[in-house]
Amino acid sequence: MTTISVEKSRVVRSGRRFMSGDIACAEGALAVGCRFFAGYPITPATEIAEHMARRLPEIGGVYIQMEDEIASMAAVIGASYAGVKAMTATSGPGFSLMMENIGLALMTETPCVIVNVMRGGPSTGQPTMPGQQDVMQARWGSHGDYEIIALAPSSVQEMFDLTVEAFNLAETYRVPVFVLADEIVGHMWERVTIPETESIKIVNRKKPRVPPSNEFAPFKPDQDLVPPMAVFGDGYRFHATGLTHDERGYPRTESAGAQTRLVQRLCNKIRKNVEKIIRVENIMLEDAEVAVVAYGIAARAALSAVRKARATGIKAGLLRPVTLWPFPEEQVAQVARRVKAIVVPEMNCGQIVREVERAAKETSVIFLSKLGEEPHKPDEILDAIRGVEK
Amino acid sequence: MEELPHPYEKFLRKDRIPHIWCEGCGNGIILNCFARALDELSVDLNKVVVVSGIGCIGRVSGYTNTDSFHTTHGRPIAFATGVKLANPELKVVVISGDGDLFAIGGNHFIHAARRNLDIPVICANNFIYGMTGGQSGSTTPLDTWTTTTPYGNIEQAFNLVHLAAACGAVYAARWTTLHTCWLTESIKKALQKEGFSFIEVVSQCPEIFGRYNKMETSLKMMQWFKDASEVQHFSDPAKAEITPHHIVVGEFVDIEKPSYGRLLREMKARVVEKK
Repeated sequence: MTTISVEKSRVVRSGRRFMSGDIACAEGALAVGCRFFAGYPITPATEIAEHMARRLPEIGGVYIQMEDEIASMAAVIGASYAGVKAMTATSGPGFSLMMENIGLALMTETPCVIVNVMRGGPSTGQPTMPGQQDVMQARWGSHGDYEIIALAPSSVQEMFDLTVEAFNLAETYRVPVFVLADEIVGHMWERVTIPETESIKIVNRKKPRVPPSNEFAPFKPDQDLVPPMAVFGDGYRFHATGLTHDERGYPRTESAGAQTRLVQRLCNKIRKNVEKIIRVENIMLEDAEVAVVAYGIAARAALSAVRKARATGIKAGLLRPVTLWPFPEEQVAQVARRVKAIVVPEMNCGQIVREVERAAKETSVIFLSKLGEEPHKPDEILDAIRGVEK
Repeated sequence: MEELPHPYEKFLRKDRIPHIWCEGCGNGIILNCFARALDELSVDLNKVVVVSGIGCIGRVSGYTNTDSFHTTHGRPIAFATGVKLANPELKVVVISGDGDLFAIGGNHFIHAARRNLDIPVICANNFIYGMTGGQSGSTTPLDTWTTTTPYGNIEQAFNLVHLAAACGAVYAARWTTLHTCWLTESIKKALQKEGFSFIEVVSQCPEIFGRYNKMETSLKMMQWFKDASEVQHFSDPAKAEITPHHIVVGEFVDIEKPSYGRLLREMKARVVEKK
């Protein structure tokens, strides 16, 4: 990409600032080195595109509004293969269209970030209302077997921080990473502390350690199961395909061995690193008798409910998965062994609660569904906590 | 006797040959003309990216000795958009089929042409879905027999050069696989042109399209191209028909217009200066 020298201060707007979640997300992406955005307008994620359209040209990057979300995702993969950190942002209907090329990104091990500011579905649903209905789609939405990474911000600060983290994970594992926000987190304005440039952790993909040759194998993994990534134009003249392929990148569509090796490695590069990937927040769980497991916007009401419960003498705690996928099964299982019950508030008809139930085994799980315009009220969650204590 | 190397060997990944295409298929001719164009222009192969979609000709990216990417069905132009904008120094070329580019991928074609994105698109038009066994598509001529038009095709076919011209392509040409010199010259032009250029190559599929339509050999299909083709340079692309008796070929559009890449570069320079 054409290099335009830009002062660092123009890229990272360090300091205390007041902004919306969508803008914080865009700023996080820029801070970690994203220089390509392809997208399509959609409520409630449009502000990310608008902010990128203004900011990227200032710092030598490229913003393009594509003809649809299918094209957006394809362009993001193309930019990433040309060596540039790339992202897109959307909501449910666009997320559905992206699923095809999210599969391509998985198969071709493309580092990239997809932000889904979730609204109410199915279909066009409730464009301006929050939802958490796409968490299973994020996990299983594209066909075939795979593992992905998804992060769930519950504040404007986390829209910044987790977008940075999403890029770092994408570059580390050569995998598309999702930021699963929701309409409230995307649209609300809060104070954000943007770190100094030097203190922002930036991970860049591994580059091949061998010079170009006729034997170069672009999909030959290292010990960590992640292959170093060559970039178009660097002289490696390599091939990549969405077909099942060998380490040379060549199609092996009729080989059971190639299919097994490839798909298992794509899964294992995440599965074998879950301890490094997964982040949860534990609040007042040490002596808790009732736990709430909540993520995203629902976690804020949950925290309030836990504090209220503590104020009345109920030993409640909160487990907040920051990483939704891979699911923090072990962390939930540990909590489940110590508490009487787990309360799971979600803005859907029951998605992550199934994962919680699976991890909780014998421990009872109480699900609080919420659909429509409002998130859970703290008292609704508090009532459920009290119900366990009775 | 010593084996002579093929003159275009360096353009191919030798370890991927033989290719998967059927005997008599036109794809090899298109690949040959593409290699010849690169050779005659002395293009640095380290800076070429060949992007293709799904279908018979979609496999071409696996055979060229360049960086290459085989996308999902219909998406090569959208993928190429990302590559080209992220690194404008690369020569990004899309080579794909009529079904890929104009049925499932039609939306990307019209918008890339409208934006005047700096990429040449070469389309092998064999009138049919070959890889899946011979179904009709958006370029299948009226009355043609395919596996999904067992009573004859009742859909109108796209006129691809007319579509390209209407969408804003700065260069549009049509040749058949018989017009190898013209085709090579057109590819050279497209590779050097600023903006979106489009070349349609009417290509024989003797194994499926030909067999279903009484032209079961490559020779018979190319005889049709020979008998029916008429060069009409810069004639109205709207009237550039493809019928059993008449295939209008030639260059239809060759204009100058600021490309997306140029306008993007200029806009970025303005923005950086202003700040």
